[in-house]
Amino acid sequence: GNIGMLICVSVVSFTSVSHSQITRLYSRFTSLDKGENGTLSREDFQRIPELAINPLGDRIINAFFPEGEDQVNFRGFMRTLAHFRPIEDNEKSKDQNGPEPLNSRSNKLHFAFRLYDLDKDDKISRDELLQVLRMMVGVNISDEQLGSIADRTIQEADQDGDSAISFAEFVKVLEKVDVEQKMSIRFLH
Amino acid sequence: GIIERDETPMEKEIAHLHQADFEFSDIFYFCRKGFEAIVEDEVTQRFSSEELVSWNLLTRTNVNFHYVSLRLTVVWVIGVVVRYCFLLPLRITLAAIGITSMIVGTTMVGQLPNSSVKNYLSEVVHLTCSRILVRALSGTIRYHNKENKPQKGGICVANHTSPIDAIILTNDGCYAMVGQVHGGLMGVIQRATVKACPHVWFERSEIKDRHLVTKRLKEHVVDKNKLPILIFPEGTCINNTSVMMFKKGSFEIGGTIYPVAIKYDPQFGDAFWNSSKYNIVSYLLRIMTSWAIVCNVWYMPPMVREEGEDAVQFANRVRSAIARQGGLTELPWDGGLKRAKVKDTFKEEQQKNYSKMLVRNGSIG
Repeated sequence: GNIGMLICVSVVSFTSVSHSQITRLYSRFTSLDKGENGTLSREDFQRIPELAINPLGDRIINAFFPEGEDQVNFRGFMRTLAHFRPIEDNEKSKDQNGPEPLNSRSNKLHFAFRLYDLDKDDKISRDELLQVLRMMVGVNISDEQLGSIADRTIQEADQDGDSAISFAEFVKVLEKVDVEQKMSIRFLH
Repeated sequence: GIIERDETPMEKEIAHLHQADFEFSDIFYFCRKGFEAIVEDEVTQRFSSEELVSWNLLTRTNVNFHYVSLRLTVVWVIGVVVRYCFLLPLRITLAAIGITSMIVGTTMVGQLPNSSVKNYLSEVVHLTCSRILVRALSGTIRYHNKENKPQKGGICVANHTSPIDAIILTNDGCYAMVGQVHGGLMGVIQRATVKACPHVWFERSEIKDRHLVTKRLKEHVVDKNKLPILIFPEGTCINNTSVMMFKKGSFEIGGTIYPVAIKYDPQFGDAFWNSSKYNIVSYLLRIMTSWAIVCNVWYMPPMVREEGEDAVQFANRVRSAIARQGGLTELPWDGGLKRAKVKDTFKEEQQKNYSKMLVRNGSIG
């Protein structure tokens, strides 16, 4: 209806997603929205089995909810998903002087950085790295082993000696990684 | 599907650039998998109706189609009139006749003493009423490989899409149904039919006791004169694009399994019952206002449990055969995920696999 059109127009402007893709994603959004109130809660995401068994599932779900909120609307849903659009799609968009698109290499890296940065202080501390590592390995690696992995990782990446990783240091460590390919989802049409 | 899914296994994706054990880029794999699942996942889409390639003039399937032209709208309006004002009353009448005949017929046959005459009459009543009910749904069914039809003393297993699956099969043969006792009209039908033919109805409390269920079914199967029992091992309705995990209970009973694959053609009407969205009455109304129910039924050669094969492996073997025959995909997921949460063991498995990679690459003592 009319509200749908308004949403589509505003979503297209900041994500440059095509109209048919928005329709399909909106259809997906409504099918996940069991409460039928136009927003998704964390439980709605956890109902997806493949996401529930993902070791980083909770961190990924968290990325959809801005500070202190428990519900995300379709605009917010699309905004977060937009980080995963392939970079080559940007060549098609006409707006070269606008703000940096959400799916630029830098913004994709920033998204990954925020997955590690649990307390949002723009630094990845040893503790935070340990917590994320623990999510990924479960019970299979001891605290000592995990601690030494974390220490070595930080030591290699830390350039200013503060025993924490800033965003700049994070970017430097990943400069040879094909972020664009690993953090992109391609639509079939 | 909506997106291109990357099936590269974890080991290849997280191949490390140097001999380090952990790298910051490791999370990209889990991140992308997570987002792929958010956009489109293999499981939740099976619990809603299949999308059609081209519209079949039913608004219920009109998810992604837009207004095209006035002519199409007019055609659609004519379709609505035909379906609701002509087909629906006709079908409701037929269904009423079918159900009434079933109840009256089986009650009458049930009065007779047990004999081959009684069995014969019972089969006649069941078959006739089944056929009336199939007409009531404008069912067009093609049966393939009738030489493999389930025999007495056997167990017939089929994939499950809808409550009318049972009628589709009883239209062509007689089975002993297995199920839970219901209240209301369904309960009346169950009580009437069990007098004429030894269907296996369980009380709600009995269903929880797996040993009791298996024992009763074993007793039935051992008697080679009894009709083959009909079981749907998925335990819930799936949308007919895939076959989910079979519950192993049916495969522990012993006896010969006769697999049957049922594939509906969604172009004429959607047979899938989305029980979280529609109750049985609105479901039946939707069925009766579709164009028709068109389906193919394949009877497959009998299978028995082989030496050294346990119930789970046997169940998977039967499931693969059914999926291949019906052109359905096989999913390693449980139909119970429609309502329940997924088990933690799956997540623990992923964590274990990732840990193996860390330990293998690095020099941890």
